[in-house]
Amino acid sequence: MTLAGLSLAYLKDRALNTALNILLLTLSVATLVILVLFSSQLAERFERDAQGIDLVVGAKGSPLQLILSSIYQVDVPTGNIPLATVDLLRADPTVAEVIPLALGDSFRGYRIVGTEPAYVENFGGVLAQGQMFAADYQAVIGAQVARETGAGLGQKFVGSHGLSGDGHDHEETPYEVVGILAPTGTVLDRLIVTPVGSIWAAHGFAAPPVEGDAEDHDDHAGHDADHDHDHDGDGHQDHAAHDHEDGHEDGHDEHAEAEPEHAAHAGGGDLEVTALLIKYRSSMAAVRLPNFINKQTELQAAAPAVEMTRLLSLLGVGIDAVRAFAILLMATSGLSIFVALYSALRQREGDMAMLRVMGARPGAIFGHIVLEGVLLAAAGALLGVAVGHAVVAASAASFPQLRDMGLTAARFETAELVIVMAAIGMGALAALIPALKVFRVDIAKTLADTR
Amino acid sequence: MTTPAEPLIEVRDLRHEIDGRCVMAAPAFAAVRGEHTLLLGPSGSGKTTLINVITGLITPTSGEVRIAGQVMSALPAAQRDQLRRRTIGVVFQTLRLIGALSVRQNLALAQRLALGQNDSAAIESLIAQVGLTHRADARPRELSQGEGQRAAIARALCAKPAIVVADEPTSALDDANAIAMSDLLLATAEATGATLLIATHDNRLRARFDRTLTLATPQVAA
Ligand SMILES: Nc1ncnc2c1ncn2[C@@H]1O[C@H](COP(=O)(O)OP(=O)(O)OP(=O)(O)O)[C@@H](O)[C@H]1O
Ligand SMILES: [Mg+2]
Repeated sequence: MTLAGLSLAYLKDRALNTALNILLLTLSVATLVILVLFSSQLAERFERDAQGIDLVVGAKGSPLQLILSSIYQVDVPTGNIPLATVDLLRADPTVAEVIPLALGDSFRGYRIVGTEPAYVENFGGVLAQGQMFAADYQAVIGAQVARETGAGLGQKFVGSHGLSGDGHDHEETPYEVVGILAPTGTVLDRLIVTPVGSIWAAHGFAAPPVEGDAEDHDDHAGHDADHDHDHDGDGHQDHAAHDHEDGHEDGHDEHAEAEPEHAAHAGGGDLEVTALLIKYRSSMAAVRLPNFINKQTELQAAAPAVEMTRLLSLLGVGIDAVRAFAILLMATSGLSIFVALYSALRQREGDMAMLRVMGARPGAIFGHIVLEGVLLAAAGALLGVAVGHAVVAASAASFPQLRDMGLTAARFETAELVIVMAAIGMGALAALIPALKVFRVDIAKTLADTR
Repeated sequence: MTTPAEPLIEVRDLRHEIDGRCVMAAPAFAAVRGEHTLLLGPSGSGKTTLINVITGLITPTSGEVRIAGQVMSALPAAQRDQLRRRTIGVVFQTLRLIGALSVRQNLALAQRLALGQNDSAAIESLIAQVGLTHRADARPRELSQGEGQRAAIARALCAKPAIVVADEPTSALDDANAIAMSDLLLATAEATGATLLIATHDNRLRARFDRTLTLATPQVAA
């Protein structure tokens, strides 16, 4: 039995009080840890997914929605834009790169993105197996898609309409997996990428001829101009059909049955894409391009950096409020530890005197009282970290969106260490004033007291 | 440190006043190693005060106490604490067992503080000697007054101190236990060669001690 053991014994002796103090601190630390995990992981994910993209061009609507849908692949798109926009922007000397995206279909909840290999390159995507798509209906799948669906090379699958996986299947040509990407830690991991033409073809539009194309094109001329897209609106956004430099073979004209609200309407030549990801060549573009695009009636330009800053500052108000609450809770638990020790020590003056008689130095007794506060705080802090991670794990498990945004409980932030240290420091501080009592206790008088 | 002839406890011209009132005046007294002394005197005569002075908890108004040759009141606090820890085991009138600890843990803590280590075999045998084996895991508040006194005695002995000072250690004990306790104190002191100083007005103990030191109630006008 040491003085440290005595600290523990005192805590056990008033178990209920100890448990309440630990609980209070656990709640506050857990809240702070959850905030830290959410904000750091999501902010980091936001940054990684937006890497290299200076501007997003899409249909008019909420700029945030445009960013969320086209960069993070979480919201529904704002609509579609004319295919001609691609050429328009590619012709702009301040633009370095234009990556088209055509959205609208999914496979088992994983979005099928019609795009170009440049999209994969933007995220540093490297093929783990197989090769890059080269023709319509060839698909390259992200690491998570491969893992979760168990799909391998050569696997055929049929995309279903809608982004959430509850739409009906396209009953036409299946996609074939030609490549599987290595994990990138970005949105790419949970996407299925394919030429834009696949999306377009899946919805019954033929690809137009494209300049400088190495691939063969059979019939790109006749896209159906007269589908009626009056399907029941089940919340899914419009589809794009579009062509680009990569090869396209054929428009699947035969599936003329009504598709749900495709945006590639009737009326020849108005092939569409959902959004364009743009990289600037010069900083001049940042000044001029967004204004230029926003003046076009159907288009809007949104900068990921601006929109995410706006979103985070909106969330920030809520985050600040919760953080303030958690810090208040921590201060309360500090006060509660102080009160508990202060009143406990009033009853322990006799013990302190006896410890002195038995030869314990005042400094050692002081230390053992501070240790009591520290043990209490450490228990609360560590439990808080555990509870915080458990809550994050549970949220990630029950909300796939959160998991998709990269939320994981399996990572520890330096900020958590700071929180734990702060909580322990607070416990020590709360014990300091009561512990000073040991230097003031009059041993003889206390021992003479016959209580 | 000391030869058998050298007194372990030496008291000279000792007086203590509180608020100008003399509460204790002790006759000159010395006890060598292994000597067993009964400190007698009516209630209020200053027995507890003398014990507090001897253990260095109170600095006397005048006179001096030497413990193992060192003047208690002349030592700096840290050395006084060390001298007390190494040489004196104390049993208080009000026991002062630590309520959050079991009997066994109370002994273990005292031993640890005095010796810097634990000898659990010694603790178990001491617990057995005071007849508390079946109560070793009990908290002090669960003990009867007599059991508490036995626990406090065992605690004072567990570091094998050269001097054992006890203040009314048997006041709450029945005859059999009072005899048993004083026998235990005497036997342990005999075994370790400790010097015993026991304050009491318990006449049952008188026959068993070599010598007595009697305090008279100090005169009001000093
Ligand atoms: N801290 C104190 N303040 C005031 N008076 C005190 C204090 N301590 C002791 N006294 C007084 O000193 C006198 C001696 O007290 P002490 O406790 O030493 O007597 P005692 O011989 O141990 O008595 P008892 O046999 O009843 O235990 C008493 O009159 C007591 O009231
Ligand atoms: Mg007394």
